[in-house]
Amino acid sequence: MSNTNDWPLWEVFIRSKQGLNHKHVGSLHAPDAEMAIKNARDVYTRRMEGISIWVVESVHMHASSPLEGEELYEPANDKIYRHPTFYDIPEEIGHM
Amino acid sequence: MSEEQLQRDFQSKLDAEIRIEPKDWMPDDYRKTLIRQISQHAHSEIVGMLPEGNWITRAPSLRRKVALIAKVQDEAGHGLYLYSAMETLGEPRSKAIDDLHSGKAKYSSIFNYPTLTWADMGAIGWLVDGAAIQNQVPLCRTSYGPYARAMVRVCKEESFHQRQGYEIMMELAKGTPAQKAMAQDALNRWWWPSLMMFGPPDKDSKHTAQSMAWKIKRHTNDELRQAFVDKTVPQGEFIGLTFPDKDLKWNEEKGHYDFGDINWDEFYNVIKGNGPCNKERIKARRAAKENGAWVRDAAAAYAKKKQNKSTEKAA
Repeated sequence: MSNTNDWPLWEVFIRSKQGLNHKHVGSLHAPDAEMAIKNARDVYTRRMEGISIWVVESVHMHASSPLEGEELYEPANDKIYRHPTFYDIPEEIGHM
Repeated sequence: MSEEQLQRDFQSKLDAEIRIEPKDWMPDDYRKTLIRQISQHAHSEIVGMLPEGNWITRAPSLRRKVALIAKVQDEAGHGLYLYSAMETLGEPRSKAIDDLHSGKAKYSSIFNYPTLTWADMGAIGWLVDGAAIQNQVPLCRTSYGPYARAMVRVCKEESFHQRQGYEIMMELAKGTPAQKAMAQDALNRWWWPSLMMFGPPDKDSKHTAQSMAWKIKRHTNDELRQAFVDKTVPQGEFIGLTFPDKDLKWNEEKGHYDFGDINWDEFYNVIKGNGPCNKERIKARRAAKENGAWVRDAAAAYAKKKQNKSTEKAA
């Protein structure tokens, strides 16, 4: 039973300071969420790199496939009317 | 998409300096090379804790002791960043560790040398970490994203390691004649193994050409070694120490130091397992795993018990 395989893999997200998003920093193995947070504190925040930690078991992460990237993001490219520069505003108006 | 098309996409990403990420298609050999290199790198960090761990209880002051503990803890952290990067390639950490313990996987040969005196803590920080930094800074731009990001974290932390080592050497070098002699002896013993850390000369390095083409490696072994010598020799001279190499001298024309031949027989012999401490290092790693088994089992059992309780409550 003494195999680290028994400990699931967790993805670690750190908020570096108040007001910023949690950002993915890496992963680690731990028996449960509580230990995963404790380990994440030792592994990823030895120099005040964070003030908040999220952990999520890697099996619960779902990701888009890089191969379908083009189809997934392409439609946004030709919808230039979604951007402010698509609209002409006279210079006299100033910043809008 | 055809294999050929995937291969072309992969190459054009490399050409455009776009990082390869875990779910991107990559050639099998690229994956294998990365697993080998990143796991060796991780093992080196983990085994690298042992020569310095040897001196924690005997550090000469509290200041030195807290620095050494923090440095060794960083090395554990660096090993874990790297195992984490390696696992994104689909290689389980437990397998990599089994390979280390069975002797199948390699780690940096430098950690098979003993740490005989306190001055070795200075020499390791200054020279071994200095050489590691020389190797690792270009790896922050390596083509595989998770490896590059792990190296950025490592490099940020590594600079303190080298500075605390140089400070130890500096203090010993201006101490009593016996202390200065101790620093000189440490430099004499660690200099050549540090130069070997960059690996075999380019003409004999079987991995360099392919790794450069894949942009895993950014500079050849000889380039990195030369840069390290150029940087380090003035640092040693500044504190009044000498280098154990009669051929070492500044070459005005080249703008580099010339240095003597490296004993590559010694290097290969240590890699093959015949260095002064190879057996001791692996024995210590195996013992750490076996002696800690009950803790891991207990933590797993406790996690399971808690989970069972919460499902009971829910039911």
